[in-house]
Amino acid sequence: MDKRVINLEQVVVKFAGDSGDGMQLTGTLFSEAAAKAGNDLATFPDYPAEIRAPQNTVAGVSGFQVHIGKNKIHTSGDHFDVLVAMNPASLKANLKWAKRGATIIVNEDAFEEKALEKAGYASNPLEDGSLDAYQVIKAPVSRLTKESLNDTDADTKTKDKSRNMFALGIILYLFNKGLESTFEYLDEKFGKNPKVAGYNKLVLEAGYSYAYHYEMIHSTIQVEPAKLAKGKYRNVIGNVATAWGFMAAAERSGRPLFLGSYPITPATDILIELSKHKSLGVKTFQAEDEIAGICSAIGASFTGSLAITTTSGPGLSLKSEAIGLAVITELPLVIVDVQRSGPSTGMPTKSEQSDLYQALFGRNGECPCIVIAASSPSDCFYAAYEAAKLSLEHMTPVLLLTDGYIGNGSQLFKIPSVKDLPSIQPPIATANDPNYKPYRRNPETLARQWALPGTPGLLHRIGGLEKEDVAGNVSTDGANHEKMVHLRDEKVQRVANYIPRQEVEGDPEGDILVVSWGGTYGAVHAAVNELRRQGKKAGHAHFKYIMPLPLNTAEILGNYKKIVVCELNNGQFVNYLRMTHPQFSYEQFNKVQGQPFLVEEIVTHLTDGE
Amino acid sequence: MKTTDERIPKSDIELNRSDFVSDQMVKWCPGCGNHAILNSISQLFPRLGYKKENYVVVSGIGCSSRFPYYVSTYGFHGIHGRAAAIASGMKIANPSLSIWVNTGDGDSMAIGGNHFIHAIRRNIDMTIMLFNNQIYGLTKGQYSPTTPMGAITKTSPYGTLETPFNPAELVIGAQGTFFARTADNSPKDMSNILEEAALHRGTAVVELLQNCIIFADKTHAMVTGKEYREENQVFLKHGEPLLYGKDRNKGIRLNKLRLEAVEIGKNGITIDDILVHDQYEQDPIIQLMIAKMAPPHLPMAVGIIRAAKAPTFDRLVDEQIEAQKAKSPIKCVDDLLNSGDIIEIK
Repeated sequence: MDKRVINLEQVVVKFAGDSGDGMQLTGTLFSEAAAKAGNDLATFPDYPAEIRAPQNTVAGVSGFQVHIGKNKIHTSGDHFDVLVAMNPASLKANLKWAKRGATIIVNEDAFEEKALEKAGYASNPLEDGSLDAYQVIKAPVSRLTKESLNDTDADTKTKDKSRNMFALGIILYLFNKGLESTFEYLDEKFGKNPKVAGYNKLVLEAGYSYAYHYEMIHSTIQVEPAKLAKGKYRNVIGNVATAWGFMAAAERSGRPLFLGSYPITPATDILIELSKHKSLGVKTFQAEDEIAGICSAIGASFTGSLAITTTSGPGLSLKSEAIGLAVITELPLVIVDVQRSGPSTGMPTKSEQSDLYQALFGRNGECPCIVIAASSPSDCFYAAYEAAKLSLEHMTPVLLLTDGYIGNGSQLFKIPSVKDLPSIQPPIATANDPNYKPYRRNPETLARQWALPGTPGLLHRIGGLEKEDVAGNVSTDGANHEKMVHLRDEKVQRVANYIPRQEVEGDPEGDILVVSWGGTYGAVHAAVNELRRQGKKAGHAHFKYIMPLPLNTAEILGNYKKIVVCELNNGQFVNYLRMTHPQFSYEQFNKVQGQPFLVEEIVTHLTDGE
Repeated sequence: MKTTDERIPKSDIELNRSDFVSDQMVKWCPGCGNHAILNSISQLFPRLGYKKENYVVVSGIGCSSRFPYYVSTYGFHGIHGRAAAIASGMKIANPSLSIWVNTGDGDSMAIGGNHFIHAIRRNIDMTIMLFNNQIYGLTKGQYSPTTPMGAITKTSPYGTLETPFNPAELVIGAQGTFFARTADNSPKDMSNILEEAALHRGTAVVELLQNCIIFADKTHAMVTGKEYREENQVFLKHGEPLLYGKDRNKGIRLNKLRLEAVEIGKNGITIDDILVHDQYEQDPIIQLMIAKMAPPHLPMAVGIIRAAKAPTFDRLVDEQIEAQKAKSPIKCVDDLLNSGDIIEIK
């Protein structure tokens, strides 16, 4: 049956179902298939904190949004073109994000009385006309999944669990994607159990062929491959990219990689990824708590490793005292904070940017750290690499901020070659250097030397007590303390000489400068593009380096009539700018809902009242 | 059972005590038990024979935790309670180091309790010297988790209401492979015991009954005092019966499920009735009973209570890495980045 093919530049697809329906996997597999077909993409998994929230409730809806395109994709998309809703609750929770005329594929079998009631529907939306504005595809997913496995010896549980493959089959057909990459995935995942792989394939094909024969699907959607620069690409999840960035830094610096960490959402995937790579000599230590995580890393750093600790907001609070220890001992250490909503336990699976104050100031004493932030899933690789480089070369802790949105989200990643990454040269002291002193510094960077235990002639003792300048003996002398406080601060400030100048995208001067940092890059970038399309002279300054700020920060801020700082908190970066650059006035746009910015809400805010 | 760790390089020159004396002024109170412990260590390190630069002394916070400044090795003075966690990272990251942890009863039994038990559970190869003076010294005289119930201290003016930890019980409960107890006024025994601890592969905890002359003077006197020692201490030796007393005619017998003090020659008791110590026994049940002995009804056991063999975490980590290196086709980060689903744009 020949169906019309509609060519689109970009499409947003949302998969939604009960937690346990396998929507995260379905979304991931669809994005893999899109990546394989050469589309650029960005994804956003949004799921409840509970492992299996009550079935058919809105609280239990797990979603995965995929935005694919033939042009550069910057966000996971504001509104979807296609929704897969596995039950009434997932329709209820998501319909407000539908574009006009969106295609909605529902599992018709799940729309029975009890489930409708649990989702809070007074009448069945499939029958009461409330979906008339949409193109609804009512597929009996549960029944057909079972039927497609009737001739096999699959048990009831397997039949139930395979429903997501049926939905994926429909979507793959709808988007003119092949089944090959999913087959490959299934073969790999169920390598030891080819029978189960076979069931999944059967269901997937059944979904695909259902869509092919289904008359209501008049057309399929084609998104042409993106025009990408030559090279190799892959789809990468932010937290995995972070792990890879550290492995690349370890290899390039010649330092063994040590991760001391305690599991916490949404940072745990970095620990999970690194623990897979023992073949590259990576040592991962799942500590008894957050404090042991960072303390073990400090121990590893003292003995010469590229030491990392990973956590999320509340875990960072617990690590505060030990960060101070790493600052005063002037040892390299990268602390990754995959931010989530706070305070306290907050909303563990929801993203936010509200740990900036904690990263900058959350310790006792004068305790400066380098702070940098990753801007997208694939940028996590480079941000991790850069954090490791700065920490090793400047002998001081670096706080790397990512967040749940970019840590869990994925994006197309151009695969670099490790040899093309900048070199990393930690200041390791040489054996028997007669001039070695624990706190003698490089006059340019002010970094002290790293004397590794096991090296003859460099024996020394460091620790949390204040030390005498150069000599490194314990000292409570007031003048010495003040000097050391200034030296540690100056060392961090001088990092500004080693980081790139701040860039502005869009107009280099004009009416409005939109400022952002961290994981909001994509949304703010797209919003500024929209402003410019509307004829505004607008620039976008996205800060990756926060402490210290790039040297030309003031220069850039002075080029616009108005500065608006957009962030997913109550205004932490804007206040930091007010403190560091008080000569400018700032407006702010904040959102604290545990959700990323929508492009349109930024645009609306920036154009409001004009 | 005594084996040196072949991963730690041996010194090719003979070292002596003076090689391990640092140039820093020792600022402990005159008469503090720590001086004797420091002396013991600076004599032991050359005897163990590792390269000087491969010793690392790690500590937390407290009087005893100033120790790293007073020995000439690589040293790390950490933060309150975290020495075991810092040391764990050191040994796992670099197994060629001989790791020594100095900690007090306040440091590792209270704020650092979690790290202490987990280092022990994992059996990371290090020696933990637990300076137990049953008081917070550096913060000036507050009760600690080992202070006896009812003791009057700055923060318990009417007597403490807390049941104290017995460190041995805690260590054995955490599946510790080595526990020994000794006193700061028995330098020779202390030195031998610390040596055995160092030669044990895994987390070795040595409880040092240490006297704080300022805030808890004579806290261990009933056990360690010269006038009480013979009657209130039983010195353990592997393979030998638990005998004590001025005339060595008293002993410990296992009677049904309890230990009891008996006198040889009385009530038909012979030497054959006396319990023979087995420090290498894997099942810790009798060792635990020995560890809990205390006056007035029983003498306190000093010496090596437990020295059971078990794999160390740091070695298992190395073995797992070697196995994966041999097995995996991914040999470098480029291999990893280019594995899996790749799209090539030409």
